[in-house]
Amino acid sequence: MTLNQLTAHEAISLIKKKRITAYEIMQDILNQIDKADNLIKAFLVINREEALKQAKEIDKKVKNGKNLPPLAGVAVAVKDIIITRGTETTCGSKILKSFIPPYNATVINRLRAAGAIIIGKTNMDEFAMGSSTENSAFGPTCNPWDLERVPGGSSGGSAAAVAADETFIALGTDTGGSIRQPASFCGMVGLKPTYGRVSRYGLIAYASSLDQIGPITKDVTDCSLVMKVISGHDTMDSTSLNLEVPDYLKSCQAGIKGLKIGVPREYFIEGIDPEVKGALNKALKIFEKLGAKIEEVSLPHTEYSLPAYYLIATAEASSNLARYDGVQYGYRADKYEDLSSMYQKTRSEGFGSEVKRRIMLGTYALSSGYYDAYYLKAQKVRTLIKEDFDKAFGKYDILITPTSPTPAFKLKEKIDDPLTMYLTDIYTIPINLAGIPAISLNCGYSKNNLPIGLQIIGKHFDEETILRAAFNFEQNNNLEKKKPPIE
Amino acid sequence: MEVNMAKKIITKKEVEYVAKLAKLEFSEKEKEEFTYQLNSILDYFKKLNELDTEKVEPTAYVISMPNLLNEDKIKPSLAHDEVLFNSKYVKKGYFKVPKIM
Repeated sequence: MTLNQLTAHEAISLIKKKRITAYEIMQDILNQIDKADNLIKAFLVINREEALKQAKEIDKKVKNGKNLPPLAGVAVAVKDIIITRGTETTCGSKILKSFIPPYNATVINRLRAAGAIIIGKTNMDEFAMGSSTENSAFGPTCNPWDLERVPGGSSGGSAAAVAADETFIALGTDTGGSIRQPASFCGMVGLKPTYGRVSRYGLIAYASSLDQIGPITKDVTDCSLVMKVISGHDTMDSTSLNLEVPDYLKSCQAGIKGLKIGVPREYFIEGIDPEVKGALNKALKIFEKLGAKIEEVSLPHTEYSLPAYYLIATAEASSNLARYDGVQYGYRADKYEDLSSMYQKTRSEGFGSEVKRRIMLGTYALSSGYYDAYYLKAQKVRTLIKEDFDKAFGKYDILITPTSPTPAFKLKEKIDDPLTMYLTDIYTIPINLAGIPAISLNCGYSKNNLPIGLQIIGKHFDEETILRAAFNFEQNNNLEKKKPPIE
Repeated sequence: MEVNMAKKIITKKEVEYVAKLAKLEFSEKEKEEFTYQLNSILDYFKKLNELDTEKVEPTAYVISMPNLLNEDKIKPSLAHDEVLFNSKYVKKGYFKVPKIM
């Protein structure tokens, strides 16, 4: 076993006990990237020298008997939609190729202050628009469990990097499932926090009423550790709420006896893979054995989530992406006649086809004469979807569903049919519309040895309960601890 | 996905108009493709019309919160050269663009 195969909390504990140096751990991380990443292609940028330098600084602190911060020496990979001062940030797009941000996102500053080491930037669907990481302008990432399959998306590079032991922790972003679905496809833990829990200052905007930053980790303990560090109010993001951040790790230690779990019947529809259904039912038995009470619940507006989501997300995206005009940063077309043609040529050459499709859809939905029929209608349906959850949470503490209807699909399988691709997010999208938190964690493997994910959904700002439920399941599921078959 | 192209929701002409609004331009082939794909997506979105939402309030933000305002105090901002750093088209401390008037 090499040190990169540890979890973050195991690594931190060994560093604190002076059994292993942060430098040795970082060397194993970088060796693994050298070995595995030409197959997986999770990284767009690797901060090799800087990472080793920072590991040495941590070791110096250990040697001098200084108090260590909570994530001392831990390697973190960051989705390339979160800006990093001095390190190229492309958002998976040609239009931002060579963009060097002049400041850090708040989450980056918080991780650095907690002793974490940013080892690199990870691949993603361009502007987070996609469910497979195939929409990256820099080529797709492969799933470590089967290189012919997608890692999910849009945070596919982040999930694949954690699964391949190329990092301990990764940051992703989730607008309609982009943390949870890839975490599920790669067998990792991924949490989308409540809207307003984590600062988005320095997050390149896709759909502002839905976007959230969250962690992808190897286990629930690591997820709790990262959440404690990145959560909380930030004066630079007026949508981040000023609420106390609980000690998530401590909350996990309690049991789940008497916990009331609702299982929404609308999520077990046509198209769900029988292996996914089987794994979920087995998981529910474990929750029952741990003393939870499980009942079926109805979320009647579930089937309207997808169209409502795509109208709201694309409308917001069409407005957010108007800033890419070739003037202040990023790509500018070589040949143009006047200002208007400079905008048109820059944007048409700089954006990929899925981004253009969503800008077109959003522009259409907001255009004069269609606003009420599409955007306003979708926002009203959003209210109904949110009310479904409010009602369910009047009776239940958490809801449990599959994360995705199928395990990871093959590269190129869905890329030519946008609507089929959109349907892979049907279980994760309603959660973003309601703004509530949800975590995905592994609950088994298909007969092809592909991970299957389980989603635990909680009330607004109640990350504590979903982490506690996830932790209890993880400690008691008797699943064989598997690693992806890459060498 | 099958679409009845006789009942187009969005025509190629409208696609051209929306592209202009979005400051995008497409080849003829792309226009055909987008018209087809946008029609199949919008056709699926018609599903929302099954719901009566006349008395439903729209949701723009899911968390009800007061408008948070920062103190009106001058804080350090980015240095001039940092702001210009990411453009290849800079002249005399300004961004350079084609003639507007």
